[in-house]
Amino acid sequence: MSDLHDLQNRKTGLVQGSRLVDESSLRERLILLFTKWEVLLSLLFVFEIVLFTNLSPYFFDYFNLMNAAFTFSEKAVMALPMIFIIMSGDIDISVASIISLASFAMGNAAAGGADGAVLVLIGLAVGLGAGMFNGFFVTRLGMPAIAVTLATQSLFRGISQAVLEDQAYTKYPESFSFFGQGYIGNTVIPFELLIFAVLALLMGFILHKTTYGRKVYAIGNSKEAARFSGIAVDRIRFINFALNGLFSGIAAVMLTSRIGSTRPNIALGWDMEVITLVVLGGVSISGGKGTLPGVVVAILLLGYLKFGMGLMNYSAKVMVITTGILLLVAVLIPNFLDMVKANRKLKMQQALNP
Amino acid sequence: MHTNRTAAVKNILRKREVSLLVLIGVLLLAVTLRAPGFATGQNASRIINDTSILIMVSIGQFFVILAGGIDLSVGSIIAFSGMAASMLNQAQPGIPAFVVLLVGTVIGVLLGMLNGTLVAFGKVPAIITTLGTMSIFRGMTFVLSKGQWVTAHEMTQSYMNLPHGNFLGVSNLIWWGVLVSAVMLTLSSYTKSGREIYAIGGNRTAAKFVGVSEKKIQFMIFTISGLLSGLSGVMWTARYAAAVNETASGFELQTVAACVIGGVSIAGGSGAIPGVILGALFLGIINNALPVINLSPFYQMFIQGFIVLFAMLINTLSARHNEKMLLNRRRQ
Repeated sequence: MSDLHDLQNRKTGLVQGSRLVDESSLRERLILLFTKWEVLLSLLFVFEIVLFTNLSPYFFDYFNLMNAAFTFSEKAVMALPMIFIIMSGDIDISVASIISLASFAMGNAAAGGADGAVLVLIGLAVGLGAGMFNGFFVTRLGMPAIAVTLATQSLFRGISQAVLEDQAYTKYPESFSFFGQGYIGNTVIPFELLIFAVLALLMGFILHKTTYGRKVYAIGNSKEAARFSGIAVDRIRFINFALNGLFSGIAAVMLTSRIGSTRPNIALGWDMEVITLVVLGGVSISGGKGTLPGVVVAILLLGYLKFGMGLMNYSAKVMVITTGILLLVAVLIPNFLDMVKANRKLKMQQALNP
Repeated sequence: MHTNRTAAVKNILRKREVSLLVLIGVLLLAVTLRAPGFATGQNASRIINDTSILIMVSIGQFFVILAGGIDLSVGSIIAFSGMAASMLNQAQPGIPAFVVLLVGTVIGVLLGMLNGTLVAFGKVPAIITTLGTMSIFRGMTFVLSKGQWVTAHEMTQSYMNLPHGNFLGVSNLIWWGVLVSAVMLTLSSYTKSGREIYAIGGNRTAAKFVGVSEKKIQFMIFTISGLLSGLSGVMWTARYAAAVNETASGFELQTVAACVIGGVSIAGGSGAIPGVILGALFLGIINNALPVINLSPFYQMFIQGFIVLFAMLINTLSARHNEKMLLNRRRQ
């Protein structure tokens, strides 16, 4: 979007400056296509698949590829509302702790004999409540999102740690196991992947096809301008935080059901991974930029990178380093391209108006 | 006359440092009522000793927050520099301890510079930069140590004496805390660079217009934060006589907490080092009081999160109150 805008500006600049004719439309268009973040990511993803297929005979196998989805579906679900949060210039580093709290609540209820459906409701409700708690402090009291969620990161996980100490809940009913372990019908497609697909379509629709989504973009570009044009900025940010909590609740249901136990340190460090997915997907932390399909590609890219590296016997710590580097590179490259572009623009202007 | 004097008293009480001191007094009294013997001189020096590292790293965090950023990587820098220094000490016991200390500190400086470069010149937001390097440095610690620990009997006595030694009856670690506090207080309050950090955090645009280089300041504050974390990494491993891979994980919250409790605005531009020191001491007392009043250490995380949220709430409400007072005064 912004690239196209840039090009259009440059074109009019050329025309006004010296009546030059636009002679490079096809070439420029191709360059534009390949400097699009989503396209770059997709190419990288294809390259990754080819690479791992050559490196390991177990990689390109329908059953394995589907099963690998179990390892990233929960984070993928959490990344969806995080797009809205980051897009509008906020951040939430408490999502992993919300999982801990929601999982703790479910474990507690399960110990009291609640069945699967009730557990799901509890997980979702706790997630939603925690998200609203964050949203209240950020929007009603006007506190910075990073500070509030840094505090609730400890607060939420602290609750489950204070009660559970070094114990764990491990008794979950049979009816609860489907959400994280089930497959669709007789296929090998994980139910978790279906949940993600449905939610991705829903959130993609909201972000790209509704006024709510346009408002989120507008807030990200300028909170003041959005407010002056009549957008209820704080209400939308509050809803974003509530959604973020709710989706963390969904992820908590999936994860707890999949591993069948709750410890206070469940999902530790996932905040960073979820934010990495969103930023790698091309969403700018300074707001207003990015698309949901870009984030979906980033999810697949990172998910199968980990799966492939796991097959190659790389340790989890190497993957953590890789994720961290990817996060930084994902922000550095567009910044660098912007700087180059700004430089070129300056030079062109100087050439036209000596 | 009379109203002037009450206004003056009110102003003093409104100062964060004073109200924190009162709060600390009340806290000490409350704990001592439950557990006599808590507020003894010996225990006090133990608490200050325990808190010295927190004070040093919090001061680094203070500079970063003051300029409108945040440094989430301090815990990982502590772990990496502490592990590197301990492994050097283990492999080459002949190298004097202060050289090992210097090496660990320089490593911290370099890691801080990496953060600073990414923020200042790569234009990566501080939160993203340090979120990334938090993982990278922590991962590097594992890779460096291959998952192994360095334990007490693998460290030299002179290494462990870096914090444990005594000078004039006060432990070296406390002296380090005092030295760092004094130097950094001078830097923040009596130098041009210090004023520039306040300026950038207060109003970025205005500061740039009067010629403050934002890049220079950003690079500087992350370097300072790295320096203090590196120094603290060595002190940490020597004090607890163990370098493990999880050293100081989650410590970043405590440093932010010390700042927020000390009245530093998380949005940048206001706060001072004395407040940060008192904030760190407040946390130190609470951590030390938990076992004394029979509360399990598992409550620590919850209590810290709660305190941070509460302190921020007070900061926000008092800032709002001040704004209202200012508006009222203008209307009159």
